[in-house]
Amino acid sequence: MTERLDSLAQLLVPALLVVAVGVAASMASRSNEIHFLNALVAVAMVVAIYVFVGNSGVLSFGQISFVAVGAFAAGVLTVPSALKGSVLPGLFPVLRDHTIGNVTSLLLAAAVGGIFALLIGMPLMRLSGLAAGIATFAVLEITHNLLREWTKIGPGATTLSLVPETTGPLQATVGVLVVLLVAFAYGRSRLGRMLRATREDPAAAQAAGIDVHRQRLWAFTLSGALAGFAGGLLVHMLGSITTEQVYLELTFVTLAMLVVGGLTSLWGAVVGALAVSGLDSFLGKAEQGVNVGFTLDVPTGTRLVVVGALMALVLILRPSGITGGRELRLPRRRTA
Amino acid sequence: MSAGLVAAVDAQTLVDAVGLGAVFALMAVGIGLVFGVLRLVNFAYGQLVMAGAYTLAFTSGWPVGARLLTCLGVVLVLTMALERAVFRPLRSASPAVMLVTTFAIAFLLQAIARIVDLRDGTIGEAAASVGGLRQAVTVAGVDVRKVTLVAIAVAAVSLGLLALMLARTTLGLHMRAAAADFQTARLLGVRANVVIAFAVFLSGVLAAIVAVILTIQAPLVTPGFALKETIVVLVGVVVGGIDRLWTATLGGFAIGFATGVINGALPTEHTVFLPSAVFALVVLVLIFRPGGLFAPGRTAVVERV
Repeated sequence: MTERLDSLAQLLVPALLVVAVGVAASMASRSNEIHFLNALVAVAMVVAIYVFVGNSGVLSFGQISFVAVGAFAAGVLTVPSALKGSVLPGLFPVLRDHTIGNVTSLLLAAAVGGIFALLIGMPLMRLSGLAAGIATFAVLEITHNLLREWTKIGPGATTLSLVPETTGPLQATVGVLVVLLVAFAYGRSRLGRMLRATREDPAAAQAAGIDVHRQRLWAFTLSGALAGFAGGLLVHMLGSITTEQVYLELTFVTLAMLVVGGLTSLWGAVVGALAVSGLDSFLGKAEQGVNVGFTLDVPTGTRLVVVGALMALVLILRPSGITGGRELRLPRRRTA
Repeated sequence: MSAGLVAAVDAQTLVDAVGLGAVFALMAVGIGLVFGVLRLVNFAYGQLVMAGAYTLAFTSGWPVGARLLTCLGVVLVLTMALERAVFRPLRSASPAVMLVTTFAIAFLLQAIARIVDLRDGTIGEAAASVGGLRQAVTVAGVDVRKVTLVAIAVAAVSLGLLALMLARTTLGLHMRAAAADFQTARLLGVRANVVIAFAVFLSGVLAAIVAVILTIQAPLVTPGFALKETIVVLVGVVVGGIDRLWTATLGGFAIGFATGVINGALPTEHTVFLPSAVFALVVLVLIFRPGGLFAPGRTAVVERV
């Protein structure tokens, strides 16, 4: 019974937290809304990364590439086609002449992210440990290089603007809830359990008949699709985007969120994303000068110093993160 | 006349490419030495070089000797602090955790540099040249900047000394033993802390040397200084074979030389996708020859499933 209540709480508590942030976003002033929306989109990205990195225990620096392709796919295709000819003249005619709706673009972003991840994952999922870290980093570099230089598929090194800003409090909240639900369902499914078995002991899992490569590939593809979807949410929140915004710094910040929260649990991913994102917003304001009883004014760039130091400290002192890498459990009476 | 021009350009390109390869080889050794004893890929290596470069920039008015010593001092203090505060507690962590941690440290150092640099309101500090090495000299009809020749000479001497040290001294023997099998080496009386500290110390010295050479070549120091180079060198090291110092070094040199030749020979519009090709090569090597291109046989540290 408590088992079942626990698992219900593991989905409902993060979901309620997300809804609370969404409600706060809808009540906040125009200038503060963006902080809450940022936090929500961060949750979507970090949960997407968690689906692969958390469940498989294999490090990836590459998940932000799927955010990037999702963001640019959704962005390029929702710019009104009447304007596209002049702002993005170099596009392939197919991309230039078609414009799709908001929800379609989010689904497309997920599809593109998932297919990209599947193709890349087929060879890459044979790697573990250090090699996986470096190979996925290479994927991030390749994606960035292609998006930045190939003007037939996107804006290249210039800013993609005129994207409809449809990610308000409602879309962000619903979007993140979808991501949470998918991640939760995967984690409780047979596939998710098999993958976690390979994380705990690859040899034993293989001996029990689990195909490590296939299980990792499943998670990588699902993670890619969720990351692409999160990228769609991101581009519709920002309205304009450059390739630099979905590159090294975002990779670093999202990994920091996951590590700080706790790599190996969905609860950790959600808590980490919200906590670091809140801290980040606060420090961003402090860089402009903020009143907290006294005027706190820190130099520009303090954000990254604090986030970097926090991430390094957590990795050194408490590698399982602030949640201990465990799922949420209801408090219960101890029975002898 | 035009044939002579082409030949001159080619010789020019080649010399510059060897110079770049030499610098990259030094960085590869710095990364390879630490990997050998700690199994840790130091993502923050470029930021050590960056710290040295900032030191040179901020001390531009000082006498040359004082500048070089301060640069060496700052880089070494930072390197040893990293060893004590970060590498040591992480010794038993998995390679992936170590990589993520040094990734965080790299960002941390870069963010700190940004704050320090922005105190005067602009990003980037110019470093004065060390001893007029930025000027060109003509050797056999080819214009070469003095620093290129110095870079090649310094790299050759440093690598020679290092090879001698590894081959002929007790400490070198201990380092090689530790790199081959750390546990067994400790059982046989190799002192882990000494060997690791020394390897990290040497990588710091190399970072300082690289900082001096790079600031002469590109005087504008920014928080991202040496970041691109580090990523490329990491690629070279992995492609060459990170498990052995000589294959790592060769990989570093090869990628520096290749980049130099390609960038010198092809116009910019043909090289925009070069990074993609290089990183695709890394992925292919990791999958098909995980021990590295230059590694003998198919022995590898990389596990596959």
